[in-house]
Amino acid sequence: MIFTRTLLRRHSVLPGFDLALGFALLYLSLIVLVPLSAAFLKTATLSWGQFLEATTTPRVLASYRLTFGASLLAAMLNAVFGLIVAWVLVRYDFPFKRLVDALVDLPFALPTAVAGIALTAIWAQNGWLGQWLPFKVSFTPLGVWVALVFIGLPFVVRTVQPVLEDVNQELEEAAATLGASRWQAFWHVILPVVSPALLTGFALAFARALGEYGSVIFIAGNMPMISEITPLIIISKLEQYDYAGATAVAVVMLVVSFALLLMINSLQAWARKRQGML
Amino acid sequence: MTAAAVTNVRAERRAAPKPARIPSGDRPAYSTGERRTATEEPAWVRWLLIALALGFMTLFLFVPLATVFVEALKKGWGVYLAAITDDDALSAIKLTLIATLISVPLNVVFGVAAAWAITKFDFRGKNLLLTLIDLPFSVSPVIAGLIYVLVFGLQGWFGEWLRDHDLKVIFAVPGIVLATIFVTFPFVARELIPLMQAQGIEQEEAARVLGANGWQMFRRVTLPNIQWALLYGVILCNARAMGEFGAVSVVSGHIRGQTNTMPLHIEIAYNEYQFAAAFAVASLLAGLALVTLGAKYIVEQRVHRDKREALTQGEPS
Repeated sequence: MIFTRTLLRRHSVLPGFDLALGFALLYLSLIVLVPLSAAFLKTATLSWGQFLEATTTPRVLASYRLTFGASLLAAMLNAVFGLIVAWVLVRYDFPFKRLVDALVDLPFALPTAVAGIALTAIWAQNGWLGQWLPFKVSFTPLGVWVALVFIGLPFVVRTVQPVLEDVNQELEEAAATLGASRWQAFWHVILPVVSPALLTGFALAFARALGEYGSVIFIAGNMPMISEITPLIIISKLEQYDYAGATAVAVVMLVVSFALLLMINSLQAWARKRQGML
Repeated sequence: MTAAAVTNVRAERRAAPKPARIPSGDRPAYSTGERRTATEEPAWVRWLLIALALGFMTLFLFVPLATVFVEALKKGWGVYLAAITDDDALSAIKLTLIATLISVPLNVVFGVAAAWAITKFDFRGKNLLLTLIDLPFSVSPVIAGLIYVLVFGLQGWFGEWLRDHDLKVIFAVPGIVLATIFVTFPFVARELIPLMQAQGIEQEEAARVLGANGWQMFRRVTLPNIQWALLYGVILCNARAMGEFGAVSVVSGHIRGQTNTMPLHIEIAYNEYQFAAAFAVASLLAGLALVTLGAKYIVEQRVHRDKREALTQGEPS
């Protein structure tokens, strides 16, 4: 600790640096870093061939397709409607607006298992909404998509909303003065300002959807090759005591998640820079 | 168009003096009878967008929320009360409370310590540390459970040692607590860091110069400054801790009356076709979610105010 003091820290009259940083690092290591490294070390005991075999069986490949495809489509729908919801909340007035605004965060607050059984009940063939549809939603890949739309909804709204609030109205006035229609002003003036936030929200919703488990497994039906998501593959491998196989699939997902995290961080840095310029 | 030129219905209803420029967060209402200015959309576009937004939210948020309560009470209050006072349900509620009461305070201590080191001092590797703190949010809950199985499970690093000493982590309460701590890890720290960054170190320095010891400085200066952000972090952390499903499901082993939390109890009841019982316990968690949203909404405003104050104080007058 004397080492860190002299090397890393500027002189300060405030106390507690060693204790605070020491505790934070210890806790971070014990709870997050050491257990996470266990996943990579466990995978390292597999040969490259074994790793490929565990992570590229047809059933696992089908689960990647479903997980990535449904996450992507859900994040896209969230991007479109998230922008509309954010726009309406920032610009217009309507009854119960504050209540609606507060309820946007419901998917953050509602436990995933609760959301899962509720969505399944609604979209089942005898459910409130499912009975009116000519096709099945619950227990199909479409059900997976519905659950992922639910859990991704707040991300886009909450990243776009503050940026939209800060859009400089003079820019819009200038556009109008120069003869732009409302649609042109939106397309050429407002959208470029909010697009970094929109992209960030999209990426956040996508990243969250990739790893989602609780809300999906109830509605998915979990049929191998058809409606089985990758997190469920990990669970079923674990239940068969195939720890190495489960971990190998987990490492594939971890690598994708970390890549997304890096991308989101640089997106946010870019968005901040853009906002600073305007 | 100036902002004041638009009739602000809400501002007029309030007797308060009209601000010269209406803050963008509180834009004026557009009354339909009025002539449209160049930066407004036509009325039909406005109503279409509002309808689309509300329709989407109704379909994906309000209907699922309502369903939980409707299904819970479908078979009457008797069944509802029986479902939530059932022995297994009560032990699940108890375990959820235990896991929450351990994990939230630990993450509070960590959050305060990490935020203190990061915002009040300069050191190398700060950005790396910030990224690492956020890491648990990008890990799938299932993987969060899996990594503890790899460390503490029977085939794991400490598996044999734990077995020889008759200790159980996986398929027992400690594993559930660990998994809960992992998934709620960043909440407090990430609420505190931006605020404490904005507040700077002058007030603490003044307290020190005036002779306060470290604890006095923290209790009298730092804590009052961060109390709302801290509470906000605790609210989010608590909601996630009580509702976590995936991570806890991997390490729990689903032993009824022993290692079932509320979300796991819901899963078992649902899979056994006891829908009313599943939705009854689910309605408790949905109620908690609504309380969380309400508390969050109130506390959020205080946190915003604190942040604004910290930022304006930092500017040279």
